Amino acid sequence: MSEAVLSIRNLTVEIPTRGGILRPVDQINYDINRGEILGIVGESGAGKSMAGNAVIGLLNRPAKITGGEIWLNGTRIDQLEGEDMRRLRGKHIGMVFQDPLTSLNPLLRIGDQLTETMLEHLDISRDKARKRAAAALDEVGIPAAAQRLDSYPHEFSGGMRQRVVIALALCAEPSLIIADEPTTALDVSVQAQIIALLKRLCRDRGTAVMLITHDMGVIAETADRVAVMYAGRLAELGNVRDVVTHPEHPYTDGLMGSTPLASKGLKRLRQISGSMPRLTAMPEGCAFHPRCEFAQDICRAEPRPKLNGGRSACHFPIQQPAEETA
Amino acid sequence: MADTTPAPKPRGRLAHWWDGDFAYQFRRSPVAIISFTVVMLMVLAAIFAPLIAPYDPFDPASLNLMNGFSSPMEPNAFTGETFWLGTDDQGRDVFSTILYGLRISLFVGAAAVGFAMVLGITLGLVAAYVGGWVETIIMRIADVQLTFPAILVAMLIFGVAKGITPVEYRDQMAIWVLIVAIGLSDWVQFARVVRGATLVEKNKEYVQAARLIGRGSGAIMLRHILPNVLSPVLVIATISLALAIIAEATLSFLGVGAPPTQPSLGTLIRIGQGFLFSGEWWILLFPACTLLALALAVNLLGDWLRDALNPKLR
Repeated sequence: MSEAVLSIRNLTVEIPTRGGILRPVDQINYDINRGEILGIVGESGAGKSMAGNAVIGLLNRPAKITGGEIWLNGTRIDQLEGEDMRRLRGKHIGMVFQDPLTSLNPLLRIGDQLTETMLEHLDISRDKARKRAAAALDEVGIPAAAQRLDSYPHEFSGGMRQRVVIALALCAEPSLIIADEPTTALDVSVQAQIIALLKRLCRDRGTAVMLITHDMGVIAETADRVAVMYAGRLAELGNVRDVVTHPEHPYTDGLMGSTPLASKGLKRLRQISGSMPRLTAMPEGCAFHPRCEFAQDICRAEPRPKLNGGRSACHFPIQQPAEETA
Repeated sequence: MADTTPAPKPRGRLAHWWDGDFAYQFRRSPVAIISFTVVMLMVLAAIFAPLIAPYDPFDPASLNLMNGFSSPMEPNAFTGETFWLGTDDQGRDVFSTILYGLRISLFVGAAAVGFAMVLGITLGLVAAYVGGWVETIIMRIADVQLTFPAILVAMLIFGVAKGITPVEYRDQMAIWVLIVAIGLSDWVQFARVVRGATLVEKNKEYVQAARLIGRGSGAIMLRHILPNVLSPVLVIATISLALAIIAEATLSFLGVGAPPTQPSLGTLIRIGQGFLFSGEWWILLFPACTLLALALAVNLLGDWLRDALNPKLR
């Protein structure tokens, strides 16, 4: 716990609408430690990005944090406003967005965008900032970094742009990087490079990474631990290895079953029937029960199960095979 | 990308620009070249009017009433002097008055558009970025103003301003009041376009990123959003310039614009139309043709600019 860079406690985000209050993030808990990559998976609309945006304080109105606490390096940040939040999030949190085509200002040179962050948060001269910007570009594997500082974003390819964005996130030396689907817009070979890059940087610098994605393959490849989100809640949280090989929550099991993994052999992929409940029509009890093959009366009647320090939020976690548990 | 090949030799910005798509589009379009040339010639003529003009039409000492109503290119019956484009009733050389009139027309037009631009861009940016009731108020004012013809708004502002300025300052102030009046009647377009573009840009991730690193709203608007919304503004500014010149001419023609002591093209046309049916056609025709050529050229240039800056229209 003392090592945790980011601690989220009972975080709840609500959106008041005409049709009632929506709760895209509902009492979630997790920690990310130094040098650790926490993967957050879930299907579209599960609240992954909302949770990420809540952490950096970029929730758009009318969404707002209505409960819980967010701690960054021992400071509570969910209640910070204005100037304090600005100073803090820019300095300690870096963000890698999904689409490298729009996450760079098309009319500013790369070097200017890199130095902008440093000049805002670090007390250094313009020359020094430029040197560090070149070093950052070099570190993410941009060749001839010093010359490329004067290039515009359109002069880079998609993969290189995502590298630049990562350099941008890194240049103020944050302790946490939130990567919101950093590889979705890239082709597979570039994805692998970007993932390897994130992993290396995280290891070398001890930066904590929150990796938001819906790609189980990316998670299995990259993350140390994984949090599975379903309908705004955490369904399962555990070490990547355990979760991938022996999912406890039926939803995770369904996710795994629908992901082609070479290790599982070439079986026909399963699919989870139905779709995620809309936020306006959350079922009573466990949110997953309408789609769950193991659902019992208790799943419909009891309030939703909580994670309470355990691995999965389920009344009937899937038992691991006997020979493995023994 | 260039990982092993050496970077190309740095070249001058001008050469770089000339090789660019924009300059290429320009070179390929005869309409653009011609209208640009016409506009530039007129701008130069306006700037250097005192050097080019053969007479100073506003120096009463140099005027000779005997020269009045000289036909173009014909020696005057009394003095024997020849004027290229003839003279008006007071013996002023029409060519010279056109040069000076062009000066005032262009200056008023450009300044009015500049004023409208600054006002419109600021309000549009702020409205879109801040949102909420600020946006509602600004844009509703804009909507209301759009329901009046711009020329009426300009006349109203001009009339009110004229009413409150003391008589002895009226002629001096007229030009500035004209600029403000036309500018105030024209800012709406800029505000609307900038607001629309800003709404798109402000949700792009680079703006989020700028917010994330802690840039203030002002810095984000000026440094990140403004440059990205400027190209449609440039197009409207050009077309607005033509409209502002015409608006100024209209106001002056109606007698509420540039005073006779500082005649613009519109004033010249107003003066000239009084002589049209008595046979002195040149007093009207030449200023009118100049205005027509200027407005047309600026408009065509704006039209071309819109096409050139918008790849979707090609």
